[in-house]
Amino acid sequence: MIRLDSLTKVFDTPKGAVVAADHISMEVPSGEICVLLGPSGCGKTTTLKMINRIVRPTSGKVFINGDDTTGMDTQTLRRSIGYVIQQIGLFPNMTIEENITAVPRLLGWDKARYRERARELMAMIAMEPDAFLKRYPSELSGGQQQRIGVARALAADPPVMLMDEPFGAIDPINRAVIQDEFLKMQQALNKTIMFVSHDIDEAIKMGDRIAIFREGRLVQYDTPDDLLTAPKDAFVESFLGEDRALKRLNLVKVREIVSDEIGSVSPGDTLETALTRIEDFGYSNAILMVNDKRQPAGIVSRSVARTTKGYCRDHFQSVPAAVHLDDDLRKVASLMFAHDITWLPCVDDDGRVCGQITQRAITSHLGSRYRAHQAAMGTADAAAKE
Amino acid sequence: MPIQSMKGALRALLLLAVFAAGVWSHASGIIDDFLWHLPDVQYLAVEHLWLTAMSGSLAIGTAIPLGILLSRPSMARWAESLMQVLNVGTTIPTLAVLALSMSFLGIGTVPAIFGLFVATLLPIVRNTYAGLKGVSPALMEAAAGIGMSPAQRLFRVELPNALYVIFAGIRTALAINIGTVPLAFLIGAGGLGELIFTGIDLYDPVMMLAGAIPTALLAILVDALIAAIAFFVVPRGVNPAR
Amino acid sequence: MELIQYALDNIDLLASRTLEHIALVGVAVGLATLTGVPIGIAITRNERLARSVLYAASIIITIPSIALFGIMIPILSLIGHGIGYVPAVIAVLLYSQLPIIRNTYTAINNVNPALREAARGIGMSPNQRLRMVEIPLAVPVIMAGVRTAVVLNIGVMAIAAYIGAGGLGTFISRGISQSDPRQLIVGAIAVSLLAIIVDYALLALQKRLTPKGMERAASTA
Repeated sequence: MIRLDSLTKVFDTPKGAVVAADHISMEVPSGEICVLLGPSGCGKTTTLKMINRIVRPTSGKVFINGDDTTGMDTQTLRRSIGYVIQQIGLFPNMTIEENITAVPRLLGWDKARYRERARELMAMIAMEPDAFLKRYPSELSGGQQQRIGVARALAADPPVMLMDEPFGAIDPINRAVIQDEFLKMQQALNKTIMFVSHDIDEAIKMGDRIAIFREGRLVQYDTPDDLLTAPKDAFVESFLGEDRALKRLNLVKVREIVSDEIGSVSPGDTLETALTRIEDFGYSNAILMVNDKRQPAGIVSRSVARTTKGYCRDHFQSVPAAVHLDDDLRKVASLMFAHDITWLPCVDDDGRVCGQITQRAITSHLGSRYRAHQAAMGTADAAAKE
Repeated sequence: MPIQSMKGALRALLLLAVFAAGVWSHASGIIDDFLWHLPDVQYLAVEHLWLTAMSGSLAIGTAIPLGILLSRPSMARWAESLMQVLNVGTTIPTLAVLALSMSFLGIGTVPAIFGLFVATLLPIVRNTYAGLKGVSPALMEAAAGIGMSPAQRLFRVELPNALYVIFAGIRTALAINIGTVPLAFLIGAGGLGELIFTGIDLYDPVMMLAGAIPTALLAILVDALIAAIAFFVVPRGVNPAR
Repeated sequence: MELIQYALDNIDLLASRTLEHIALVGVAVGLATLTGVPIGIAITRNERLARSVLYAASIIITIPSIALFGIMIPILSLIGHGIGYVPAVIAVLLYSQLPIIRNTYTAINNVNPALREAARGIGMSPNQRLRMVEIPLAVPVIMAGVRTAVVLNIGVMAIAAYIGAGGLGTFISRGISQSDPRQLIVGAIAVSLLAIIVDYALLALQKRLTPKGMERAASTA
């Protein structure tokens, strides 16, 4: 757990005092990722760096796992916090092994223990220890270097990590890969993480909570869904963007709104049966055809079923797309737009059809949050009136 | 505060030392000895500066065109190896340069100026070349792209952008030059070295100082002068000093 | 031909004076490194101090060596070492300060701020940062400064023959005073070769001292 209590930084500049962070109070529960988000110069990085005293706080306190860090020795404090920066900052004069064991060596671990740890860490970031440990940072690609940067921060197994735009310097494709790997690692490690970003999409993807900063103040601190549903003011609203409802699509998995009920035919059914099923289920255009393993095999359209005689296996079209239960709604919506359809079959890990997802279900799911929010606002207004 | 008071004390001490030295030198008659050398100092200082001016301007006049020539794309094949040779050349001690010059050209002013010229030439060629090569390729491409001729590119883009580095070379070169001029006396060219070397031979401290102090001052002054010229001549946009 | 004959006839003298030359420059630059590197590191903590120190060192290096000898002899005579190797060593010490201090200062100051922040962030103390990160990264540049100092001072030491410090300059000074071109040219060539060879040897050493991971970075720099 990280708790900030009225953390404040005032910089003295030739033009006068500048308040970079103004009485920031917030708490990150154990095992969660909190993303500090905002335009440049909003105080998010200053706030992060006050936690490990790279920036010395003017006033206020930092608690880690309930302990006030104010009295702690700076070096000890830093060694107990993982730290990843955008420029990576691997020491070019040290091998990969020396880099990732830097903190254990500072802590005085014995050689056998930290070498063992180096191999563990390499396994964790999915890099071959024998191939990389003896190499130097300059011999690695940017993405590999940043993985090593993360491994170095994790070396002494700190409960808390600070990450300052850690994936900012990596190209978009590799960034997505590293983000996914990192989230997977986090599921196993359960670190308490503060993460600075200026990218709203990254924040939504990585954050269990998002803290929006503006001009040194913490404007809103909420879960991504709450933030997107109910931005507190016009600044947050404009920062999140006009398309913030679409961004919520990222947050919802197919699994959450899939409807188990899906009518289907098998290749051996007649087109007559298909037509009946279409009518029974109230489908307007077509019905899904599945093979004997219940995998999507094709679709039979209503117009064909009505006008033709014969078996489904002879009169189907190919399935335009199917989605997995763990896909997010953004992908679903994208496929629907791409193929001009209003529903998609959903499949499980074995590729078996286990339900369907419709445009209506998506709109209704997204809308329900807004309706709930508005209802709450309404009662609040009513309460305020009384 | 302690630093401030320490500085104050230091300054007071320094003033006291200078004052004491003044009193002592007056009492010992050393000032009269100095004054006795004054006409020599004046005459030799002019000779000293003349050697620097002569060899220096010859070197600058030769080195810059040479550096420009070497930096042209058509010379690329020879330039790097030639620069290697020049780099080796700059490590040769100046006394050796003068000695070699004397053994081929004999004694007098001409071998001295030639030796000084060679010692001064190399750093300027090197910096001119490096400065021109260091101009960003993007800048050159932009210059070519807006339709500048090769000559226009050289005079309007390359040289102005390389000027700071070229001046750094000139400054280094003239520091070497004025540091070597006193040695020119050894091969018969005069200058303030005459007082220093003769002073050493005769073990006459006053004579030594009468040569050494003006030599040192001239060197510092010439260096400051070049720095000042560079400060004002190099365009502000490409002048880290401004 | 006559020159080679002369050099061969005097090979012992040539060798002993070369050794003398190397020893004098080596001892003096060695001492200068012991003072210059700590000064260079110390002044990275205070920019104003750094400017004054570098300014003073750059003034000293501007003073022609023979003028410096001329000024030092009367002063050192007071303690009985007016001529000989003492003023020569002191001069080399002084001249070495600028390249060594300046390179140390620049190298430490130019260490990538991101590395410095990473080092602080993982909990290195200022001394650990210096020892584990800043100095290893600065070594190639510091060595380049030492190399500049050595080459410069091989030349200064040649001139110091005139104040009785010995070394290869003796051939040149005798060559001039005795109008003996053989001594003159052999001395001049010997001292030039010494400078060139030492320069290359130190360059090789500099490359060996460059931390392995930085070779690529160093070769592009």
